[in-house]
Amino acid sequence: MLDYTVGGPEAEVARNAGLVDADWYKPKVDRELMKQFMQRSNGLAALHVASWFAALAITGYLAHRSWGTWWAVPAFLVYGVLYGSMSDSRWHETGHRTAFRTKWMNDFVYYIASFMVFREPETWRWSHARHHSDTIIVGRDAEIAFKRKVPFYKYLLELLSFGAFPAELKQWIQNAFGVMTSNQKDFQPPETFHISRWASRVYLTILVATVVFSWQIRSFEPMMFVGLPSIYGHWFVVVLGSTQHAGLAENTIDHRLNTRTVYMGPLNRWIYWNMNYHIEHHIYPSVPFHQLKKLHLAVKDQLPAPYPSTISALREVVYALRRQAKDENFYIKRQLPQHAA
Amino acid sequence: MSQDWIVACEFASLAANDVARFDMAEATYAVIKTKDGRCSVIDGLCTHGKAHLAEGFVDDTTIECPKHNGRFNALTGEPVASPVRVATTVYETRVNDGKIEFRKP
Repeated sequence: MLDYTVGGPEAEVARNAGLVDADWYKPKVDRELMKQFMQRSNGLAALHVASWFAALAITGYLAHRSWGTWWAVPAFLVYGVLYGSMSDSRWHETGHRTAFRTKWMNDFVYYIASFMVFREPETWRWSHARHHSDTIIVGRDAEIAFKRKVPFYKYLLELLSFGAFPAELKQWIQNAFGVMTSNQKDFQPPETFHISRWASRVYLTILVATVVFSWQIRSFEPMMFVGLPSIYGHWFVVVLGSTQHAGLAENTIDHRLNTRTVYMGPLNRWIYWNMNYHIEHHIYPSVPFHQLKKLHLAVKDQLPAPYPSTISALREVVYALRRQAKDENFYIKRQLPQHAA
Repeated sequence: MSQDWIVACEFASLAANDVARFDMAEATYAVIKTKDGRCSVIDGLCTHGKAHLAEGFVDDTTIECPKHNGRFNALTGEPVASPVRVATTVYETRVNDGKIEFRKP
């Protein structure tokens, strides 16, 4: 089985193969058009973030009012997805600092969303930069969520963050005491370690305060609003996020071969901030979420055919992951357009 | 001693808030015009990752790397947003006879 350890033996193999920080395929796009696509908007991003917080407030209110009844189940189901899954796309886009035009606005939302999606902000900022340099390059990319030769049931457990949550909590505790992990030492500059230390301390303080408050009022309701939604509400982003790269080629320098673009409905695109146009995002990370559909229309002739629906992509993902659990050489080969192969 | 001035491009050919690539003798440069028309020539490759800044996004006096969204001050070369940590080289730049020119130290 391949060793996916970042900085492990496969990192050297990748370097020798010219896969590290390589020149990736780029479709042709008119510069004037690209300049339009890269424009950011504080107003539009603020509207989107406000709609998210409004939805959280409304479902949170309904969940609180229904506490102690069966109506609390659907109320917390929706609240949890808004909290533990929708925060992923806000975390992601503000991490790139492309949602808002103004830097501090991106950073403000980034720190909130990082807590909600349960990620230490500074480490993940660097991890994600590496993910864009060396997308699905084994030994380099720390964000290969779907590895080969892994039993499929483990991915089902990941719907409730069974692996990711304890690992991240462990890192927060380590960071809070000034201990950095091997991954952090591999891709995060030492001069940023203090940000990880302080972010972990602040986030842990919020979690501990929530637990103490719950204990004081003898009810776990507060934890259902803060902390636990990162676990019970995480499943939806695993479902949507699995369509990004799972089951496709590893160790290639063409995003068209290791990434999917999937057509999704308006509700999913609101939750996911258009990350269904994922090939386009990877090739042009400077294009904000609200311009990705236009970018897709401009380059789609140079990309593999997009998946017509979320279900069609998920069918392929499940099939591929089940095959890869037994056969680590199996992957889905995407068909490139002849004129842009 | 400073070298001769090198013509990078026509001033009029570059829109405000834009950047163009200029290659010479195996070196690559990014020629930037800010929102208010000031010009700057900087090293073409990002100091963080392997990316041409000429494909990036100029907003006022900031240029953003197209690969990881790190940002530099286009006039001073200082990093203003991670993952960029190291400043880039800014060359002495002038507009002369309708052309953007720069010279190396």
